[in-house]
Amino acid sequence: MNVAELVALVWLGSIAAGLVGALSGLGGGIVVIPMLTLLFGVDIRYAAGAALISVIATSSGAASAYVREGYSNLRVGMFLEMATTVGAIAGATLAAYLPGSTIAVIFGFVLLASAAFSGHAGHEPSGDEPADPIAGRLRLDASYPTQAGPQAYRVQGVPAGFAMMLVAGTLSGLLGIGSGALKVLALDWAMRLPFKVSTTTSNFMIGVTAAASAGVYLNRGYIDPGLAMPVMLGVLVGSLAGARLLTRLEATALRRVFVLVIVVLGIEMIFEGLSGRI
Amino acid sequence: MGTENGNRWSDQRVEQMIGGLLAFGLALAASVVLIGAAIYLMRHGGEKPDYRVFRGEPADLRTIPGILGDACQLSGRGIIQLGLLLLLATPVARVVLSIFAFAVQRDALYVVVTLVVLTLLLYSIVGAYL
Repeated sequence: MNVAELVALVWLGSIAAGLVGALSGLGGGIVVIPMLTLLFGVDIRYAAGAALISVIATSSGAASAYVREGYSNLRVGMFLEMATTVGAIAGATLAAYLPGSTIAVIFGFVLLASAAFSGHAGHEPSGDEPADPIAGRLRLDASYPTQAGPQAYRVQGVPAGFAMMLVAGTLSGLLGIGSGALKVLALDWAMRLPFKVSTTTSNFMIGVTAAASAGVYLNRGYIDPGLAMPVMLGVLVGSLAGARLLTRLEATALRRVFVLVIVVLGIEMIFEGLSGRI
Repeated sequence: MGTENGNRWSDQRVEQMIGGLLAFGLALAASVVLIGAAIYLMRHGGEKPDYRVFRGEPADLRTIPGILGDACQLSGRGIIQLGLLLLLATPVARVVLSIFAFAVQRDALYVVVTLVVLTLLLYSIVGAYL
């Protein structure tokens, strides 16, 4: 296989990964890493570098479409980014000291956990949550557009959310992923944001977190232009197409199939990591 | 907090600017990557790739001055890497724009919060030379 053939195949594979990522709700980055390592035999550090680039592209692509709708909470996002960027830099630095096989095993478990939480439905605020003193002092409470007009919500559990974001950032830097599933869990479950606000704010944060990790990756030589190029362009096409497909079909059955694909990939990564082949 | 309607720096307006900025940054980065890809594939399309063993990128593709130097010499890999740097810069620009927005809203707390985030981001990108 020469360079041109590899670029073409990785590009096609990345389109598929972007589609699966969008349809399963887990993001393209997390699917592209097992594709590169298991299918193309790419070293997991190059795979993580390329995936991280695609995470930034997808985040910016998706955010530019919905940021105007007024769902995301800029203050919540910015406040928590202090935690995710610190975590990202720590995780990316740690990645240099761990063997690839250990990273593969951790990655496998994160894939399985993400798949387990992907069916999580999210909640809508009742509007009568108690005022949280920390959230109040940080001016995090806001409102979001609904069909019945703007609906106010009160943010809860700031310390728990902040701690979860530290973990999300560390995993992002360590594995080269966006950690979208964990971010949504922190915003929705710990901080009680409306689901639509959680997903859009999480997407906003993913881009900044991934940029912090990518800076470290670039300096360490993990980002190879020949590999990152087809991955970035492919995942972008796949995830934008996937997002459009999602709005058209009520895809619960399809979603289950894709989540199953992710579970299989997670088990495979753990197995390959434990047997030392990655 | 969100100020009265019509304010140029209201939350809604800021979000629109951020949306436009992200779309522009992404389009610019993708175009540069595509140009670099064309040059790279024309010159090196027939070579044997090797990503099985991690060696790390050469020093010139790891730093901003090195990437700029390679791109100026029209190296395909250098131009792709420049496109990726532009992509990396879009979230940074978004954070910078948020600082202005919070400053105009006289929200000192969030100006500081956003400055901390910006410092961390810049540290990760240029920290290796410090």
